[in-house]
Amino acid sequence: MSLTDEQLFEMYKTMVTIRSFEEKIVDLNAQGFIPGLVHPYIGQEAVAVGVCANLRKEDYITSTHRGHGHVIAKGAELKYMMAELFGKKTGYCKGKGGSMHISDINIGILGAMGVVGSGIPIGVGAALSSKMRKTGQVTVCFFGDGASNTGAFHEGLNFAAVHRVPAVFICENNLYGISVPQRQHQAIQDISVRATGYAMPGITADGNDVVAVYETSREAIQRARSGEGPTLIEYKTYRWRGHHTGDPNQGRRYRPLEEIQKWMKKCPIKRLEEKLTEKKLLNQAKIKKIHEEIEKEIEEAVSFAKESPFPDPQDIFEDVYVRKGVER
Amino acid sequence: MRDITYAQAINEALTYNMEKDPGVFLMGEDIGKYGGIFQVTAGLIDRFGPERVIDTPISEAGFVGAAVGAAMTGMRPVVEIMFLDLTTCAMDMIINQMAKIHYMFGGQVNVPMVLRCPMGTARNAATQHSQSFHAIFVHIPGLLVAAPSTPYDAKGLMNTAILDENPVVFVEHKKLYASKGPVPEEYYTVPFGKAEIKRPGRDITIVATHAMVHRSLTVAEEFAKDGIEIEIVDPRTLRPLDKETILDSVKRTGRLIVADEGQVTCGVASDISAMVAEEAIEYLQAPILRIGSLDTPVPFSTPLEKIFAPDEENVREAINKMKPYL
Repeated sequence: MSLTDEQLFEMYKTMVTIRSFEEKIVDLNAQGFIPGLVHPYIGQEAVAVGVCANLRKEDYITSTHRGHGHVIAKGAELKYMMAELFGKKTGYCKGKGGSMHISDINIGILGAMGVVGSGIPIGVGAALSSKMRKTGQVTVCFFGDGASNTGAFHEGLNFAAVHRVPAVFICENNLYGISVPQRQHQAIQDISVRATGYAMPGITADGNDVVAVYETSREAIQRARSGEGPTLIEYKTYRWRGHHTGDPNQGRRYRPLEEIQKWMKKCPIKRLEEKLTEKKLLNQAKIKKIHEEIEKEIEEAVSFAKESPFPDPQDIFEDVYVRKGVER
Repeated sequence: MRDITYAQAINEALTYNMEKDPGVFLMGEDIGKYGGIFQVTAGLIDRFGPERVIDTPISEAGFVGAAVGAAMTGMRPVVEIMFLDLTTCAMDMIINQMAKIHYMFGGQVNVPMVLRCPMGTARNAATQHSQSFHAIFVHIPGLLVAAPSTPYDAKGLMNTAILDENPVVFVEHKKLYASKGPVPEEYYTVPFGKAEIKRPGRDITIVATHAMVHRSLTVAEEFAKDGIEIEIVDPRTLRPLDKETILDSVKRTGRLIVADEGQVTCGVASDISAMVAEEAIEYLQAPILRIGSLDTPVPFSTPLEKIFAPDEENVREAINKMKPYL
């Protein structure tokens, strides 16, 4: 079944939302409204959007330090995300998590884990749980090329394969583990070959083509849902900016300008835009309108965040422990 | 009431909870047919099947992480770590994930799971299978730490641990697994944060954990013959800690010894001592004494292992040191 025009259109809008949101928070971070550092997802939008377009509301994802794209694609609300980034009480995590830990349990976002690789075993456990509870839910674990070298990755995939849990492992290979190029951090080119060691299918695909992402992940998600076990998919992609907003020269110290420019030409949003324009589903006026609507939504999220209160000092003690339940 | 072992008591609590709640399941290394390295899960795989008594790969970070994910999504895993020492292979999952998820996600999700960890020096297992560094877990906000010393407490605390919505590190002592004591057949719970006075006495308070409770009880009987009455307070959970019972006892006796098998440096005994010094120093008639393992790695050789971990002799020495203040 190929994608409907409406689905393609929605995917386009979500990719533009992620791009615009990330551009906005980079500014807000520089202006001091958003404290700490943020890890922009700009350039990788097709992966989150193509994968999550196959998921149901009750399906689970685990995300990473570079997680805003994943959670937007899974359906998180921008205003609660923005408030969290500002450290406000109205944020998804009441200001306790910040950029690296956005979660929305009600729509299956089991959280972004800031430690590289850690979301993988946790996602495997969620998949084990849905298998035991017979709910038909699928868990998608997002992570990067750097994570594919951690013990958590190998232990997680091994466990998942042995128990045939309904999980799909999505490796976004953006070619650098922070500043270290892939050839310096692993001796393989295609991370999908690591699937062989766990007797699961391994696929490498173009991570900047949202349709290819949708189709490859669709098959893996269907396999998982029908009880046939996990799949590892590697999407080759690229982050346009630095590792985080504190990265000197936004990653140009360790990445040649020509390389960055080459990948910017493969912009996943432009590629879908061209496809939709050819199909007469988009034109300049429509594109402008979509951008305006998204900008408006983001501005509303910013206003919500700005107007929201910071947590009260006594809130620091809240949620260390669950207080309900057993008397202590 | 019949007597059963500490290991059987935990097994009974696991059995009861698995029968009552289909969400409770077990994971760990060799917990199935083998029955667990210390036979705590013996027979459970026959009763509940391999789907609920899962023999995991030797892969602590993998299966502790999987337990965290399962706990976040409606299950109540009870995980056996073969030796407390091996929690080091899963420290990210325990400290950064299991302990933090409820807080860092603003209370959106609970992580109701139990991590069973056998500690203590026993049977020449040498330095990587004998450690008692449970204080590390007491140090981490978000974790609860149980420390049963008797079969009765082991069953009651395990029942509480499984019901609790928070992650619990359940620290079991290897040398106690075979110890027997009275345990009701019926269900009961021992609350967290409620110490028990295992022996009342007016002269010296010993706050003791795990096997140190029994070692202290033995020595207390010896000193009772000389008219020295020692009170033994067993906190039963190290987090939450029942400060009230400890302080109340110290205020009555005016003298405190703290005995925990972990090392004294930054350990459980040190923390309890500091707490008493801060909150009740005006009641003290003698310096506080701490008993713990020596500040060395755990040695293999029998005579070295014997002097490494504290025993009755260390308790006797401490009491004798305190005698001039009586």
